[in-house]
Amino acid sequence: MSDFPRWKYALVAIVLVLGIVYALPNAFLPVPAVQITANRNGTVDQALEQKVSDALKQQNIATTGVEIKGDHLLASFVNADVQRAGADVIKAALGDDFTVAFNLKSTVPGWLTAIGAKPMPLGLDLQGGVHFLMQVDQNDVIDKQETRYADDIRSLLREKNIRYESVTRNAVRGQGVSIVLKSAEDRTAATNAIAAEYPDLTLQDGLATGDRFVLNAVVRPDKLRELSLNTIRQNLGTLRNRINALGVSEPIIQQQGDSRIVVELAGVQDTAEAKKLIGATATLEYRAGYGTPQQAIDAVRSGIIPPDARLYKNREGQPYLLSKNVIVTGDQLADASSSFDQTSGTPAVSVTLNAAGAKKMLDFTTGNVGKPMGVVYVERVVDTKIVDGKEVRTPKITEEVINYATIQGVFGKNFQTTGLRSPKEASELALLLKGGSLAAPVDIIEEQVIGASLGQENIQKGFRAVMIGLALVLLAAAIYYKLFGLVADIALFFNLVILVAVMSAVGVTLTMPGVAGIVLTLGMAIDANVLICERIREELRNGSTPHAAIRAGYDKAWATILDANVTHLIAALALTTMGSGPIKGFGVTLLIGILTSMFTSVTVTHAITALIHGHRKLKTLSV
Amino acid sequence: MEIFNHNSNINFLGMRKFSVGIALLLILASIGLIVGKGLNYGLDFTGGVALVVDYQQPVVTTDVQAALDKAGIEHSLVASLGGTREVSIRFQPTAAMKDEAGKVNLDKVAAVTTAALQATRADAVVKSRNYVSSQVGDELRSDGIVAAIVVVLGIGVYLGIRFEWRFAVAAILTEFHDALITVGVFALVQREFDLTVLASVLAVIGYSINDKVVVFDRVRELFRSSRKAEPEEILNRSINNTLSRTIITALFTAITMAALYFIGGPVVHGFAITMLIGILVGTLSSIFVASPILLWLGVSKQDLMPKTKENPELARRP
Repeated sequence: MSDFPRWKYALVAIVLVLGIVYALPNAFLPVPAVQITANRNGTVDQALEQKVSDALKQQNIATTGVEIKGDHLLASFVNADVQRAGADVIKAALGDDFTVAFNLKSTVPGWLTAIGAKPMPLGLDLQGGVHFLMQVDQNDVIDKQETRYADDIRSLLREKNIRYESVTRNAVRGQGVSIVLKSAEDRTAATNAIAAEYPDLTLQDGLATGDRFVLNAVVRPDKLRELSLNTIRQNLGTLRNRINALGVSEPIIQQQGDSRIVVELAGVQDTAEAKKLIGATATLEYRAGYGTPQQAIDAVRSGIIPPDARLYKNREGQPYLLSKNVIVTGDQLADASSSFDQTSGTPAVSVTLNAAGAKKMLDFTTGNVGKPMGVVYVERVVDTKIVDGKEVRTPKITEEVINYATIQGVFGKNFQTTGLRSPKEASELALLLKGGSLAAPVDIIEEQVIGASLGQENIQKGFRAVMIGLALVLLAAAIYYKLFGLVADIALFFNLVILVAVMSAVGVTLTMPGVAGIVLTLGMAIDANVLICERIREELRNGSTPHAAIRAGYDKAWATILDANVTHLIAALALTTMGSGPIKGFGVTLLIGILTSMFTSVTVTHAITALIHGHRKLKTLSV
Repeated sequence: MEIFNHNSNINFLGMRKFSVGIALLLILASIGLIVGKGLNYGLDFTGGVALVVDYQQPVVTTDVQAALDKAGIEHSLVASLGGTREVSIRFQPTAAMKDEAGKVNLDKVAAVTTAALQATRADAVVKSRNYVSSQVGDELRSDGIVAAIVVVLGIGVYLGIRFEWRFAVAAILTEFHDALITVGVFALVQREFDLTVLASVLAVIGYSINDKVVVFDRVRELFRSSRKAEPEEILNRSINNTLSRTIITALFTAITMAALYFIGGPVVHGFAITMLIGILVGTLSSIFVASPILLWLGVSKQDLMPKTKENPELARRP
């Protein structure tokens, strides 16, 4: 009698089970914890675990567990107050070799994690933290490029013995460089020379009056676009490194649009520390190598450093001796990109210097082939402290050798650093080089601090709103449509479960607008059932038998439900394109909600209805 | 249980001149309000600084405003956030809130404001702070307008394909009506119009189109199944047949939005209120506005019959 196919029952059952399983992790609330990661000199091991446990025990701070998770140690606590006290104790006990940060420890059982089920990440408005939106100064990128090309063209013309009157940047930014030459022949010669050397420039003849022949050189738009994209990527990279040093767990550092970067640090309340890192400036220094690697190791051991040299370390802590004299600095570096060495095929980084840097490099390499040269990455962070009511600014400088190689030949403007182990290492080095040179200044254009208590409050209110909204709709549907209303209620409940499951599995960050989206979805999901129930009532009134009414009700309502939902889907889709952040969260929630509700309101209710009425002779329907 | 008489046969189309006249008046009034009075744009659009301040004892917004004025923080907007102990304050940052480089420093903002407020009330605590530069707002506004246009066009194209162009035009015109009146109400009561509200205006468009499509679907079905198809009668029957569903769905959705408004806290107030206004406007326009437009556009049975492929052989025969 039932016209509902078996495979659909199976589908409904499977989806419901999967929905419950993948929604389940959200029921396990994470507990406050302190995360301990090792810096250069520390290691995370059993001894550290013991040390942390002992320190906490000594101060009578109760922990619910100290355990090693991958490369870090997690100590969990009952509540946020104990967590704060615990963090202070741990910091005092461990010193500078470890970074101590607040974190949350998941309490999701292992078997759920093993199948990839995870809770929804919470947005800043639900857990407190700081949010920055930063704008990369693209004008600065253009300024630097145009100034550099002006310098380079000047020296190129000199080198080729082409007489010119002036080479200047045009007053309007983005209008390129204007070159004034003395004759038409010179202009042709200059055009050819520049075109051969700088394919990224578009050349166009300007006015020719008397003995002034103008030639305009404009940087190609696609080159500029590439440059600004690189600037963003560089800034993202450097920010990521710096924020990792801050020890914030799971920071969000994302590109937004063409020139923006979003940084979200959950759990952080103090923007000063974060801003200090974001505002740090970096530069590069090319220095001549000094002595042999053994000498550097000896210098570390004995503490005696040769008078002309300085001792540096690389990220792994390996020591290097480099000359005190700097050959080229970061601001003289025009470009760096990862590539492959033409002869050996190994990963390499191609570096381009500006005219001034090229000359210095040429002078240096002429006399130093076969000798080593190192690149030092210098980062300067200004620390502001209030001492006796006055602001005291102390710069903190970190220096790190990022590359150390032997000079293979004489070079100036363009050269390659080869012998890198992998393409990844090459692109990292290129990013670091650029990070120390071109990086455009970033402006903070949006800043938000959300208190931790506000986050807690929002979670409670949001949860209650969802539950009460759900309860009211369930009640209304049951009263108005009786048995069919109850069936719709079961489906609506599963709609919430599956919606949460999909959002968790996809990894949608839950925010307050997202919660609003969930509540709206619950209200609108019932629409499909209203359509079906009204249709069934209509069919019954027109004299259909109960079974025929159910069949016709579902059949006829389906076309309407599809049209209505597709149009609604178009609206939700447009919402997801609006910016990032909260509105997107709302749009994504709505989008997923429409899709899940189509399944639960139609297929799930049909399955339940078929189960209830399928094999019975019916005289009436409770609808 | 049934609230509506299933045999209802109200002549909605009969009052079309009246109902559409009112709709036009409301649209004109909304445009007048939006242009004349303007919208009270929120921080997302205007840029500036916004703070949430908590008091231990109840506080009146005018007192907060007075305290700020006294401290030289002018043109501040103070609103209570559901309750008497929490207020939101919005203003353009003063010189004392900027650092040496002329950039807004939120720590200074919080310090200056706290000092200003605590001068009169010692129990004021800044709970959260937020800064948005005005340039972000300009982009958001244009993004929002683009999104709204994409929604309207996308829906129009879909309806054009699934139904017929007259349905698409009727739907789009009614969407404009719904969106404009919803925004118009915001201009009238000068409620803060922020990013969340803009998003919910788009959600209103989504809800309302859902409503229209259900009626249109019935129109198509009745045109196809009736032998004698007087457009006015068909449209009237369609509205009446779907009336129960239109109102029940509106009620159910409104229930959830009311729950959100009363329980969800200040963050979602704007959202819930916009949806409630939109549900009301959208429901009324589904019943009174969309179908008259369809009638005036000259919808007929022929346009809706499934297209039968013309046989060139038959056409050539005499």
